[in-house]
Amino acid sequence: MELILDIALLSLLLVTAVYIAWTRDLFAAVILAGIYGLLSASFFMSMGAVDVAFTEAAVGAGISPLLMLSTLAICGRAQRANPQRALLALLTVGVVGALLITATLEMPAFGSPDAPAHLHVAPRYIADSMREIGIPNVVTSVLASYRAFDTLGEVVVIFTAGLGVLSLLGLRGDVREEPIHSPMAEPSHLVLRVVGKVLIPPILLFALYVQFHGEYGPGGGFQAGVIFAVGFILYSLVFGLEAVEKIVNRALVQALAAVGVLIYGTVGLLGIVSGRNYLDYSGLAGDSVAGQHLGIIAIELGVGITVASVMMIVFFVFSAQLARGRAVPHAS
Amino acid sequence: MIDSVLAILSAVMLGLGGFFMVSGAIGLLRFPDFYSRMHAASMTDTLGSYLVVGGLMLTAGWGLPLFKLALILVFIFFTSPTAGHALAKSAQHCDLRLPGGGASTKKADNEISGSAQGPDSRDVVSADRV
Repeated sequence: MELILDIALLSLLLVTAVYIAWTRDLFAAVILAGIYGLLSASFFMSMGAVDVAFTEAAVGAGISPLLMLSTLAICGRAQRANPQRALLALLTVGVVGALLITATLEMPAFGSPDAPAHLHVAPRYIADSMREIGIPNVVTSVLASYRAFDTLGEVVVIFTAGLGVLSLLGLRGDVREEPIHSPMAEPSHLVLRVVGKVLIPPILLFALYVQFHGEYGPGGGFQAGVIFAVGFILYSLVFGLEAVEKIVNRALVQALAAVGVLIYGTVGLLGIVSGRNYLDYSGLAGDSVAGQHLGIIAIELGVGITVASVMMIVFFVFSAQLARGRAVPHAS
Repeated sequence: MIDSVLAILSAVMLGLGGFFMVSGAIGLLRFPDFYSRMHAASMTDTLGSYLVVGGLMLTAGWGLPLFKLALILVFIFFTSPTAGHALAKSAQHCDLRLPGGGASTKKADNEISGSAQGPDSRDVVSADRV
C-alpha cells in the first residue's frame, strides 16, 4: 500500500517537475511549483518526516509561490525564448544530473539500517536525547541543541536573503510620490474582507502554537515564522498595503529581523558565559535539562522572529515595487 | 456495536467524499469553459473534503485528533468557498466572459500583455479550448 502511494507521489512529482521546465507560461510554472511543494510535503509525510513535511508545506507550497507570483506581477508572465542559453542550461543540467545519478549508485539502499547516516551520531541522539534535552520531539532537540550551530547558519542565511532583497529593491522605497493603491483594496471585495477578518486571528494563534509547541510535536521557529508572516501578508492582500502599514511599522520589522539573529547569537554567548561551549544551554538554568529547555525556547523564538520579519520584508518590498510599477498607466 | 456503526458510517462518508473529489476532477478536465470548470472544482472540493474530514472524525475517537480535525473542517468551511469566489471574481474582473456570451474581448485588446495580476482573458479562453 505504502509502495503504491510512494510510486504515485513520485511519478506526480516527476510529471510536475518536467512540466515546470517545459512550460513557457511562468504563471503556470509558479502554480505548478506550489503543487510540487505540496506533493513533496505529502511524500515527506509518507516517509515519516513530519517536521520536514510541515516546513515544505508552509514554505514550498505556501509562501514561496506567493513570492514568485509577486515577482511575476513585476516582471511579466511570458518567458523569453533563448535557444542558445537553453542549450547551455540543458547541457549543464544533464552533466550535473548524470554525476548525481552516478553518485547515488554507491549510496546504501533506501531505508537501510546500515547506512552511515544511521550509524554515526543518530543512535546517540535518539538514545540520549530524552535524558540530555528532555523534550519528546527529537528533531527539535537535534535542530535546536545538538546541531544549533548549523541552525544558526540557516537563520543567518535567511537574514542575509532579506538584506539582499532590501538592498536591491527596498532602499528606494522611502521616496514615495503617491499613496500605494492595491487593486484588491476595493470595497467591493466584501466576501474576501469578511473571511480574511475571520481567518487572520486563528492563523496568528496557530503560528504561536506551532512556535511554542515545537518541542512536543512537529513545528518550530521556521514554520511558525512563515505562518505568522502569512497572516500579515493575507491582510495586505485583502485590505491593501497601506492598511497593513498602519499596523506594522516598516522600520520595526526591519529591526526585528536583526533582533531574531541577535537573540540566537546571544543565547550562544550565554553558554560561554556559563562556562560551557558556544550554544551549549546546559548552564543557563539550575539543572542542565531545564537549561536546555530555556535555550531551545529562546533560540526558536529568535528563529521565528527573523523568519517572520524577513518574509514580511520581502513581500512588502515586492508589493511596493509592484505599486510603483503600476503608477505608470497599466490596465489591471 | 456503536463502533461498527461508526466504522461503516465513516467508510460511507470517505467513499462518498472520494467520489465527489473524483467527479470534480473529471468535471475540471471535461467541462468546456472556465466558469463551469471552476464550479465543478470548487463545489465538489468543498463537499468532498467535508465528507472526508467528517469520516475521519467519526473514527478519531475523543481526543486531540478529533479537535484538530474539527478545526480543519472549520478552516475548509471558510477557505474553500472563498477560494472559488475569489477565482470567479478575478476572472470577471479580468473581463473573462463565457464564449459567445457577448462583450468579451473589447477590453482585453487594450490590456497590456505581460501582466501576471490576472490571466489575460484571451489566453484563458484559448487555453480552455485546447
